Amino acid sequence: MAAVSGLVRRPLEQVTVREAINQGMDEELERDEKVFLLGEEVAQYDGAYKVSRGLWKKYGDKRIIDTPISEMGFAGIAVGAAMAGLRPICEFMTFNFSMQAIDQVINSAAKTYYMSGGLQPVPIVFRGPNGASAGVAAQHSQCFAAWYGHCPGLKVVSPWNSEDAKGLIKSAIRDNNPVVVLENELMYGVPFEFSSEAQSKDFLVPIGKAKIERQGTHITVVSHSRPVGHCLEAATVLSKEGIECEVINMRTIRPMDIETIEASVVKTNHLVTVEGGWPQFGVGAEICARIMEGPAFNFLDAPAVRVTGADVPMPYAKILEDNSVPQVKDIIFAIKKTLNI
Amino acid sequence: MEEKSWERQQASRVLVASRSFANDATFEIKKCDLHRLEEGPPVTTVLTREDGLRYYRMMQTVRRMELKADQLYKQKIIRGFCHLCDGQEACCVGLEAGINPTDHLITAYRAHGFTFTRGLSVREILAELTGRRGGCAKGKGGSMHMYAKNFYGGNGIVGAQVPLGAGIALACKYFGKDEVCLTLYGDGAANQGQIFEAYNMAALWKLPCIFICENNRYGMGTSVERAAASTDYYKRGDFIPGLRVDGMDILCVREATRFAAAYCRSGKGPILMELQTYRYHGHSMSDPGVSYRTREEIQEVRSKSDPIMLLKDRMVNSNLASVEELKEIDVEVRKEIEDAAQFATADPEPPLEELGHHIYSSDPPFEVRGANQWIKFKSIS
Repeated sequence: MAAVSGLVRRPLEQVTVREAINQGMDEELERDEKVFLLGEEVAQYDGAYKVSRGLWKKYGDKRIIDTPISEMGFAGIAVGAAMAGLRPICEFMTFNFSMQAIDQVINSAAKTYYMSGGLQPVPIVFRGPNGASAGVAAQHSQCFAAWYGHCPGLKVVSPWNSEDAKGLIKSAIRDNNPVVVLENELMYGVPFEFSSEAQSKDFLVPIGKAKIERQGTHITVVSHSRPVGHCLEAATVLSKEGIECEVINMRTIRPMDIETIEASVVKTNHLVTVEGGWPQFGVGAEICARIMEGPAFNFLDAPAVRVTGADVPMPYAKILEDNSVPQVKDIIFAIKKTLNI
Repeated sequence: MEEKSWERQQASRVLVASRSFANDATFEIKKCDLHRLEEGPPVTTVLTREDGLRYYRMMQTVRRMELKADQLYKQKIIRGFCHLCDGQEACCVGLEAGINPTDHLITAYRAHGFTFTRGLSVREILAELTGRRGGCAKGKGGSMHMYAKNFYGGNGIVGAQVPLGAGIALACKYFGKDEVCLTLYGDGAANQGQIFEAYNMAALWKLPCIFICENNRYGMGTSVERAAASTDYYKRGDFIPGLRVDGMDILCVREATRFAAAYCRSGKGPILMELQTYRYHGHSMSDPGVSYRTREEIQEVRSKSDPIMLLKDRMVNSNLASVEELKEIDVEVRKEIEDAAQFATADPEPPLEELGHHIYSSDPPFEVRGANQWIKFKSIS
């Protein structure tokens, strides 16, 4: 198959992140009858954010299930179904609502394989939009990367572009462990070019491996999800000034690919982390701690620096909201500070 | 797999004794209170000698196993939490008698009895309690986290097991294999919100889920009257039909379970059973169990409603068994428990190298961090 597709020249498709997740789920639903999707509005409404558009029409009531507004209940039901041999995709309309169900994610899903001494696997995917959106205020804007990334037994992924989104959702569904997929609502409508590999039904992005989106020599900039795009924008601006940033897209929060980050820091001697979540006890804090503990520390010419969301509940007014998330100018400022420019 | 030599003994006992004992007897059992049901389980049932001997042995095994656990805990060989179910033997043995091994069962933390009736040996259970490598979870889980085929624990978070059970029932329906899931919770857990979420979805989607409230009158130290605005737990499912069952009579439990399982298998959706039962021990080993109830109450239940005594009296009075042969079973059970306790005490703890194992399923080995960055454990699936 691979040889044939290499011979045939296919034009590079433009696929939005939404379409990519939809494709990934569709392909996995087709491939394995045990896969099913449940959540609020996923079936007849086509998904609150239209991510599951067309799936109910194609697969029907048995495999695409609308739930009542009962996060704790349906997350538990999904975990139980996984224990009994099915492969559920449990959608949280946003991860803010997953807080109601977090006991089922952590205590019933994440810890069970360990507690049972390897007898009871839980092959489940929890997915949905995570983090800040636009004007949805404090209760609908929290980033859960650090909370879920904290827990052994879980895998946590955070796609940025369409290839990430399709490849990671497929890997997550095929994984025999509980996987949290942190999507981003503001990215759903953004189109990206799809390579010919990404168009294949067996295209997988491995969990636990970061991707270097842009090579550079002066500084390592590490990020996940939507801020990866901001980092690339910052890199473009800085390139005109002769500063070449190496931009790393983490793709996976847990297990973290610290080796890729370390190898880059050894090369560039400078590190800036960028995330949408709050600063305290966050993803960037973890990266910095691990860099200090590892071989890359001795190659740092300056302290590692974090760019994060502001340490406040998300405000509503646009000027306040804009300044509560990392902007391109904030990333550029942090990079220049680190490089002492 | 444990050698079931007692099965051969059973068979020979039945054969040799068949000349002097009845093969079966019919008993009257208490009528169940019904909620949204026209008819309930039958009020008489036939007990065969073979079944009776088996139920007796199983209940006695659970009873002695729990008492042994009490002893080991007081000797500090068992640590942490230990929630014992002596007094409630008719529930675990009766439920198992009413279903097939291919059906599914999930319960909360008072789970040792169910772990046994679902098929694990006393050895593996006691060794898990003592945290040894021969434990059913390799010492990784302890009292509240034991698993077996079609038995999903052993769950520590009160109420969380109920949506899990509804999910297992969803899988039963999805696979179309005519199986049901028994989803147990206590009178304390019955007030958890997520249980009502599970009731709603189970009824909406007609899941083959038997919700079972094991009402032993106390949620830890809080009596049912102090915890619930309605203590009619069999009615709390509202739109879900319910039965209130005498949980101290194993035959009552068996018949009610058969009835409930048939209801679910017919595709009518979930059903709820309240088993009225009693625990002799306190909530856990750290609770003497007499600050919120009287010793007189405990003694009254022991003398009038003990499930093992009730079965024994029935069998002896109907000539299904003799006092002597039941005593023989007692002796065999005691020996089995003693041997298991020996094993559980002598077996070594799991090797330290296994600390990091079983984080993920089906993955290549990786490293897990220990107490500092220089301590690393290998993690194997």
